[in-house]
This record gives sequence, structure tokens and C-alpha cells, in this order.
Amino acid sequence: MTKLGDLAKVLRSKNSGPFEITLDVLFDSRESYERVKGSGSVTPRTVSEAYGISEERIRHFVFFDPALGFKVTMSREVSSGSTGDRDVYGAQQHAPLMRLEIDCDREV
Amino acid sequence: MSTDIRILSPCGMLGYGFPEKSFRNGLEKDPHGIVVDAGSTDGGPHKLGAGVSIVSKRAVKKDLGLMLPAGLSRGIPVVIGSAGGSGARTHVEWTLEIIDELLAELELEAKIAVIWADFSQEDVRQASAEGRISPLSPNIPALTEEAIAATPRIVAQMGHEPIVEALRAGADIIVCGRAYDPSPFAAIGILHGKDPALCYHLGKILECGALCAEPGTTKDSILGTIGDGSFTVESLNPQRQCSETSVAAHTFYEKEHPYLLHGPGFMLDLEHCRFEEAETGVVKVSGSRLVPAETYTVKLEGARQTAYRTFVVAGIRDPILLGKLEEVEELVRAQAREYYRDVPETDYAIRFYNYGMNGVLGSQEPETFRGHEVGVLFEVVARTQELASSICATVRSTFLHYGYEGRKSTAGNLAFPFAPSDIEFGPVYEFSVYHLMESSPDAFTIEHRRGGAKR
Repeated sequence: MTKLGDLAKVLRSKNSGPFEITLDVLFDSRESYERVKGSGSVTPRTVSEAYGISEERIRHFVFFDPALGFKVTMSREVSSGSTGDRDVYGAQQHAPLMRLEIDCDREV
Repeated sequence: MSTDIRILSPCGMLGYGFPEKSFRNGLEKDPHGIVVDAGSTDGGPHKLGAGVSIVSKRAVKKDLGLMLPAGLSRGIPVVIGSAGGSGARTHVEWTLEIIDELLAELELEAKIAVIWADFSQEDVRQASAEGRISPLSPNIPALTEEAIAATPRIVAQMGHEPIVEALRAGADIIVCGRAYDPSPFAAIGILHGKDPALCYHLGKILECGALCAEPGTTKDSILGTIGDGSFTVESLNPQRQCSETSVAAHTFYEKEHPYLLHGPGFMLDLEHCRFEEAETGVVKVSGSRLVPAETYTVKLEGARQTAYRTFVVAGIRDPILLGKLEEVEELVRAQAREYYRDVPETDYAIRFYNYGMNGVLGSQEPETFRGHEVGVLFEVVARTQELASSICATVRSTFLHYGYEGRKSTAGNLAFPFAPSDIEFGPVYEFSVYHLMESSPDAFTIEHRRGGAKR
């Protein structure tokens, strides 16, 4: 098992509009990208579990081959900058995703 | 016979600054326009709500001080998108004042087109009554009469159409109110008859400055060239380079979907784009598709004031207290609430942010706390500033002296870095309007004026 944060070249979070947080994971080789994509370890279910949120809060979950990356967009519980928000830019919400364990032994 | 159209993007945000050398390198490529985005909702609702800018006047003047003379002397338009950050009237006027000041100092004159993006509460109320307004995502409440009434400043994101019209009218400088970030860039190519799909895709890349290069940054210049059937992007600073992957990956940035992008009146589909290195550091993109929407909608944005805040920052080093910090905070909250039992509980809220423990992720933090020190930020948000400050003072004194079970440090629980400890923050805002409105490109009014010496 390897952590997603060790395999990715870029792993970041940011607002996509004030009501959503989007997570981008980009790789520097097609091999790592395909390995993660084919691992079955990254799914709406595993990501929602990593964040302790319901799967319904995940609005988009898309792999994009030309960019060697995938994106997960989740709805915010508190909109950016409203009272109770902890991260106005949504720029530090990626850490739980870095911890996600990837099953690299699975045949791709 | 068709020609390439070149667009120079000095930086990702007007007022962020850029190396003058990169900008000059771009000018040498003989661009057809200089376009800069000034807008963002990233900093939260406060800028739109309070009518202030996210960058300083000094920085905007510095950047425009390079861009305006360059555009005017070459006879190419300078287009500013989402002026002043949020693009409402007050932000546009702030930008126009800076431009006027600069033109006077430089003894230049210019034809200025201003494109307003404000929509009155009455416009929005009527659109709502006609069923022309819907929330952008399921976690946004339907727009109510009350929310409209509480939101004095509402803007909509314009498409390329009014900007193209202003360019056709021969404006030297175009100051746009709130715009869909890529629109001002797309307008240049569309004016010259280029494929709108390529123009918008390129605009999406250019609006962030050199962020699509490696190493990426919003504080450097980038050049886009639109041909027929494809466009290219290249860095103007030899210290960074565009690659197939860096450009492909850029479409991820700040968007909810990696290849489907919604703009005013269309959806951009980039799924089947091809990214190829045409020559070293020059990335060629083709295959962008634009799917017109069945109904033309624009995105509305508005912010309303919801409360006032007072907050305190303090450090905690005591290991016994750190062992039961969240428990003690609940006891402090309960004691403050009891003291103010005459104030309705819905009039205020008390929150603790324990930095070093779970300040960023709150209840979503998966790591268990290990550490010897925590920075605590606590806030009271309330209906009035006076109420927020009164309750915050009580929370602070209660927390400072709280005699929790097992305490040995009986002189005080908090290390305040500053005196006074309580900071009045002022009003707090929220995005109260973030909805789609069925509209038309004509809804944005263009005003032509003369700027500068012979005004």
C-alpha cells in the first residue's frame, strides 16, 4: 500500500465557486496515473470516507487522461467566508486525500 | 486570408504585478490586445458585500502604468475584466479613478468604454417572479424575496458579446464590470472572427497569467495565439515553460469539472482536446468544442451582511489543559451562555478554532492530536458589534480564569500575544446570491467616455 500523496505530483484543494471545494490530483507519469486510476482505491466512496462526509456531497468525480489527473468536487457545508467557514479559499482541504491508501499491487 | 491573433496576458490578477521584462517580451510579439483579469470570488463575500478591492490602489496603478501606455502607443486595446475584484459599480468606479489619475499623469488621452454588470434588486426580483432564477448547485437555497432585499449589490458575469461591441466601437481601454473570467480574452479573438470555442478555452488559460507554465505563477506574463483550428500558449519568461501536461492540467484549476466548463450562454467541452508541443515551450491546443446552451443564462453574485465579529487569538502551552481542551471550551461556552441568558441564543454564536489540533479541518480532522502547544482563536459573531464584543469579553475572561478539573496553573489559561486581546472585526458577509438567471447578452450596458488630457 502506498499513500496517494506519495504518488501524486500535484495534490491540491481550492474553491470552485464559494459553495464547492474541488480537489485536483495530477501525476507526472502515465504509469503512476494509470496505476492509481486502475487501483480501485479511489472512488466516490473512499473519498467521502476519507472526509467523513456523505457520498451525496460529492458532485463530480472525473478522471481526465490528457492531463494525467482526476478531480473530485464536493459541496461545502459552509460557503466561503460565511460565519463558521474555516478555509475561505478552500486551499487546505486536501490533506485527508493525501492519506488515502492506494492498492498498487492490483493488476491494471 | 486569415491571420493569427495574439493576446498578451500580463498577470493573473490586476495588481498582482509581473516582471516588466516578460511583459516587454510579449509586446515584441506584436499582440492584438492586452487583457487582464481583475476579478475573483476566492477571497470570500466581503469584497463584494463591503464594496472594497482585494488589491491595493497602489498596485493596480503600478500594473496599469505599464499596460496603458503600451496599449495606447501601439493602438491596441487594453481590456480589464471584473474591475476592482468584484466588478460592481463601486469597484468599476474605483478602477476608473485610477485610470483617470494615470492618464493625467502620463498626459495621455483615451477612448474608454465601461461595461456595467450591476443588476438592480428590482431586476432580480422580477426575474425571480418570472421563474428565471435557479440556484447553481443543490446546497444553495432558492432565492427569496428576503435575500434579494438584503443584498444591495448584485452583479452578473458577462460574456464576450458586450466586450466585442465595445472593441468594435473603437475603445482604447475597456473596463468591464463583473465578467466570466475568460470573456475579456475571448472577445479579442471573436472580434477577429476566430472560433469562439478556441477563444474561450484560451481565455480560460490566459486569465490566470503564467499559472499554466512550469513553475506556474499568476504573477507573470503569458502569450496566447489563436490560429484556425488551434491555438498556442507560450511563456514569456525563459525561467518557465509550458508543456503539454501543464497546459492540459490547467483546465482543472478552480473549476468543478476537469473538461466541462459552463459560461454565459454555453458549455465548453474540452474532453477531446489535443495538447501537443508545437516547438519547445509552445503548446498547441486543438479540439475545443463549444456547445450553445438552450437558454442564455448569466451567473448572478451578491453578498449580504449577516453579523458582526469580535475575536481573540491566544496560545496554550499547559499540557493538562491541552489534554482536555475541547471539553474545557464547551464549559466556557456554557458559562458565557448562562451569563447572557437574557440574550436570545439565536442572536449570537461562539466558536473556537484550535490551531495545531484541528483548526483547519475541524470535525473532519482525521489525525489525533499530538503536540505541546495550540493556538486558539475564538470568535463571537452577533447581531451588533456591541453584542459581539461584550460576549467575546466574557468568553475571554471566563476562558482565561476557568478552573477546570485537575488544573495546576491557577493564574491563567491563555497566553495573549497582544494587548488588547479582543479585536473588533466589523461586519461579516455571506454570498446570498449565487444563482443562474435567464437573461440576454444585451442586459449589460456600455458607456463610452473620454479619458485623459483632452477630456
